[in-house]
Amino acid sequence: MLIPFFYTLREGGMKTSITELLTLLEAMKLGVAGTNVDDFYFLARAALVKDESQLDRFDRIFAAYFKGIEDTFGDMFEDLPEEWLRHQAELVLSEEERAQIEALGGFEELMKALRERLEEQDDRHEGGSKWIGTAGTSPFGAYGYNPEGVRIGQQGSRNRSAVKVWDKREYRNLDDSVELGTRNIKVALRRLRKFAREGAADQLDLEDTIDKTARNAGLLDIRMVPERHNAVKVLLCLDIGGSMDDHVRVCEELFSAASSEFKHLEYFYFHNFVYESLWKDNRRRHAERIPTLDITHKYGADYKLIFVGDATMSPYEIVYAGGSVEHWNDEPGAVWIKRLLNTYHKAIWLNPEPKNRWDYTPSIKLTRELMDERMFPLTITGLDDGIKALH
Amino acid sequence: MADTRFTGTSTYVATEDLMIAVNAAVTLQRPILIKGEPGTGKTQLAMEVAGSLGKPLFEWHIKSTTKAQQGLYEYDAVARLRDSQLGDDRVHDIANYIQHGKIWEAFASDDQPVLLIDEIDKADIEFPNDLLQELDRMEFYVYETRQLISARHRPIIVITSNNEKELPDAFLRRCFFHYIKFPDQDTMAEIVDVHFPGLKKTLLREALNAFYKVRDVPGLKKKPSTSELLDWIKLLLAEDIPVEALRAKDNRTAIPPLYGALLKNEQDVHLFERLVFLDRRAGQQ
Repeated sequence: MLIPFFYTLREGGMKTSITELLTLLEAMKLGVAGTNVDDFYFLARAALVKDESQLDRFDRIFAAYFKGIEDTFGDMFEDLPEEWLRHQAELVLSEEERAQIEALGGFEELMKALRERLEEQDDRHEGGSKWIGTAGTSPFGAYGYNPEGVRIGQQGSRNRSAVKVWDKREYRNLDDSVELGTRNIKVALRRLRKFAREGAADQLDLEDTIDKTARNAGLLDIRMVPERHNAVKVLLCLDIGGSMDDHVRVCEELFSAASSEFKHLEYFYFHNFVYESLWKDNRRRHAERIPTLDITHKYGADYKLIFVGDATMSPYEIVYAGGSVEHWNDEPGAVWIKRLLNTYHKAIWLNPEPKNRWDYTPSIKLTRELMDERMFPLTITGLDDGIKALH
Repeated sequence: MADTRFTGTSTYVATEDLMIAVNAAVTLQRPILIKGEPGTGKTQLAMEVAGSLGKPLFEWHIKSTTKAQQGLYEYDAVARLRDSQLGDDRVHDIANYIQHGKIWEAFASDDQPVLLIDEIDKADIEFPNDLLQELDRMEFYVYETRQLISARHRPIIVITSNNEKELPDAFLRRCFFHYIKFPDQDTMAEIVDVHFPGLKKTLLREALNAFYKVRDVPGLKKKPSTSELLDWIKLLLAEDIPVEALRAKDNRTAIPPLYGALLKNEQDVHLFERLVFLDRRAGQQ
């Protein structure tokens, strides 16, 4: 029993395992939940979902499954284009957009229309969900409205008998389909660890104790050493704003993973490309700039340098003086990156753009050349390769 | 089974989904992992479960330097070396230098205990993996004395996490999971009632309204949580703030008294004051 439900969950993108299914069945056998469907829902949730970002997905699948329309839903969240989903965070509408919604009859009406359209689409042919995603004139695609965010299917239906708790979808904004989890990033960053003993001596150094005790004619001479700590030093330079907005989430994850993993982590921001100054606080980027030369003087050559940026810009911004989009730069960015690379021999560039698009962007090619091909995609494997290159 | 069901206590309001999750963990003797916003009573849960089921509670608070081994036992080699120099008799039995950790204590308990592993995400990223076997089989091996320590009664294990680090999948598979969501206004009224019985209905309603309004302010770094609300109400009572002070005539000019108890972040306080100021000015025009 429940096996079709289990497979529906997996098809819907949940990482539920057999162990968890067995746990659920065992709990049901022992009568943890009564015969009540609400209880069953709570029990299934506690046993099968292990991450709050998956709760919303679970609620949707549960609702869909126990209404017997699993096909409609299974297809829906698999086929939606990723870029389209990503706009979930950008649901702040401008004045004119709001006016357009009003023209459609307000938010409720818009949702109703969207739901109808999705249903219609499903009736017609497979893979039709792209139709909404790519149609530039469709009010839904254009505003980045996400059917995940606005909940299609149950809202308007009057059939509220059995399915209700999960229909509220209280975990809505916790859902995020991020590829890299911070855990994965941290595990990748662990490769960069370089252990050194420093700090308070609180571990027994057995060998030294035996040695010293023997020299001491058998009179105990206890030797202690400090615990081993990660002593690797990292300079992280992050591109911020503009085309990087799409990648903010993954960069934040990388940043949070890095800041908890490395004790000696210094970070700086730049926009599009590095020039004569960088900054640490984005809100005061114009007031508090740090000259790039000061950075190379302050942080020694034993630091490892990691750039994070999409390197997507006009090539002029790299090769010409005055090419920067924000200010007048006396010397081109290419000169500045050479200076940095002269100081820090261990350096890589992590690029959140998918690798297959790199060749089509001249500025990425240019940056790769400047970095001596040490550019890696910002994925787990890319990060792994990059860390190897840093050794 | 009726006697081992957790149904909330006189000092703790448990929602139905939480009760089911806890009871599933108790019945199947698996650990339960509790996540949620800070201040929603994650740690409190273990104490209440122990209290309501009448079981002893062992608390293991995790810090960034905590090692999995410390929960099992520690061997104090330095003390033994020292004793050997002083000719102490204890030195002949290595067991004298084995210090029991919280997990060992819980395993050795006469009654089925409740073991709280608090803030597991604070420790090193490999920490949960190091405990897989111990939590699964409820036994571990002491190399120094060549003993196998098995739990006399499988403890009810409550694990809390603040989401600072993600936990490994293998670990998660072995647990039940519950995310304590922020209570809605009705549940919150129940919670407050449990802590401050006899609080005037009007004061409670106004306080909750003001509280949820503060929570709704966009852009707050740290939204006030249940524990902050309880502190705030305690302050309101201590200062004898009249109900009228909470109920602003004009919604826009509302600034709750003693809001320092609700907002703990300097930037948040600043943001909040600025918003109120802007609203007031808009109201005057």
